[in-house]
Amino acid sequence: MADPIITVRNLHKWYSGVHALRGVNLDFERNEAVGLIGDNGAGKSTLINILSGVQRPDDGSIMVEGAACNINTPSDAMELGIETIYQYNSMVPTMSIARNIFIGREPMKWSVGGIGVMDQKKMREESVRAIADVELHLRSPDALVGELSGGQRQGVAIARAMHFKSKVMILDEPTNHLSVKETNKVIGFVRSLREQNVTGIFISHNMHHVFECCDRVVAMARGEVVLDKPISETSMDEVHSVL
Amino acid sequence: MKRLLKTFLEKPEIAGFGLLVILVAVFAYLSDGVFLNANNLRGMLGILPEFGLVAIGVTLLMICGEFDLSVGSVFALMPMTMAVLMVDGLSFAPAVFIGLLACAVIGFLNGYITIKFGIPSFITTLGMLFIARSLTVVISGGFPPLLPLGLPKWLFTVFVGPGDLFRVSFLWFLGAAILFSLLLNRSNFGNWVRATGGFLPAAQSMGIPTARVKIACFMICSVLAGFAGMIQVLRIGSPLPSIGEGMELQAVAAAVIGGTALAGGIGSILGGVIGAILIRVIDNGLVLSQVDANWFKFAIGSLTIFAVIANAWLLRRAKSIKIEEGD
Repeated sequence: MADPIITVRNLHKWYSGVHALRGVNLDFERNEAVGLIGDNGAGKSTLINILSGVQRPDDGSIMVEGAACNINTPSDAMELGIETIYQYNSMVPTMSIARNIFIGREPMKWSVGGIGVMDQKKMREESVRAIADVELHLRSPDALVGELSGGQRQGVAIARAMHFKSKVMILDEPTNHLSVKETNKVIGFVRSLREQNVTGIFISHNMHHVFECCDRVVAMARGEVVLDKPISETSMDEVHSVL
Repeated sequence: MKRLLKTFLEKPEIAGFGLLVILVAVFAYLSDGVFLNANNLRGMLGILPEFGLVAIGVTLLMICGEFDLSVGSVFALMPMTMAVLMVDGLSFAPAVFIGLLACAVIGFLNGYITIKFGIPSFITTLGMLFIARSLTVVISGGFPPLLPLGLPKWLFTVFVGPGDLFRVSFLWFLGAAILFSLLLNRSNFGNWVRATGGFLPAAQSMGIPTARVKIACFMICSVLAGFAGMIQVLRIGSPLPSIGEGMELQAVAAAVIGGTALAGGIGSILGGVIGAILIRVIDNGLVLSQVDANWFKFAIGSLTIFAVIANAWLLRRAKSIKIEEGD
């Protein structure tokens, strides 16, 4: 069997005296959707921030596709194929959809020392395609993200992650503040990740959402993994009881 | 058609531009046409670039989400540094280079201190306003040094163009406006500036080196202010330690009149340029209309408030225009 896409071993993190992660061990397999559940302060956000390069662990190791690696910055994570979609949105409301999709990864006509002229035609065309690929209907790639609904913004964030061919997509509470209809859309999307050969890590407070779209559930409490089972072998009651 | 109107109303500089057209017409009328005659235009266009260059830098920095209140002091410090070095025997080019380098260092310090210690740039640059002004007076030794003869005024302050309508400095101003406009709208760096000022957490999570982007904008702002100060000193012929006083707030006013959002993310270089022209037009127009010149600050103040209100209103109008597929 191939190596897991991400292997986490003995991960520790302290915040000024608080032991936020206490030796976390986890494997994320290819093409599976994992639901990550836990109360506030359980350590799930810390774990996600470490995997996406926002924070660094104090101890422990991370392997991606079997190779040990240091994820020091968000760019490192993105280069390894790990894309994160945050609760409060990784979009800039005052910028257009096309500009948002390519923030930090602009296609260039020419550049000197990393700074140069963007290929705006290409940005527009590829944005239109990326948005259509996640079955989102938006009028124009030039529309400002600030004018979109919460669900549409998540859709654009997902389209961006797909466009850059991520291998692992981390969705940090993507259904917060969304309407029922939009929530269903996001859940449907997590389900479809498998067919696109993408591993999904879905963080949520809502157990119903996790049981609806994931293959496996991981529960965390007090900085440790307290349950790790396929959905088919557990129940919401069992997960509740360990939290 | 609706889409065109929407795009038009969404332009941040549109309110400023409208005001400019109205004011020019009003002043032309009140001054019996003197306002638009070649002699007056020559006077106005001759000094516009000095303030305009400062406004360009301040606008860029504000779009990036930061402030610089030290531009007025840097405006005086750069030419003073240059003049003192030339008195010590340095020739023009190296003196200018060292002067601009000092500006870059000040810009770097503004940005570095702001980011490193997580304090508002309002505070950092307020401190730098006093520091740079003090240094200007200290290095002058209390007496402005004399500028040597034979400086390359042809490169900065002589009159050129059709009917000698403007000074060479106007070309520098035009060049800077075009360059930084392109940088902001066409380059990836501009994309990062807008993202950093628009929503910092998003820019960081997408891997933008936001600290470096901000520091670069601080440095550009300072260097432009110093360069503008040098042009003014070459024009008036003496490095007075008091030049540029109050300019920092006028530059913020210019940026805001031109549609730059105080919170960052929104704005354009063209807007800053329009704002700068507006302020110069009012200055000049009031005099020609034989209004007491002390009304100048009153006019700038009310205009700033009015422009921001008008901008917010236009933006709401633009948002309320719904566009369906195929419109």
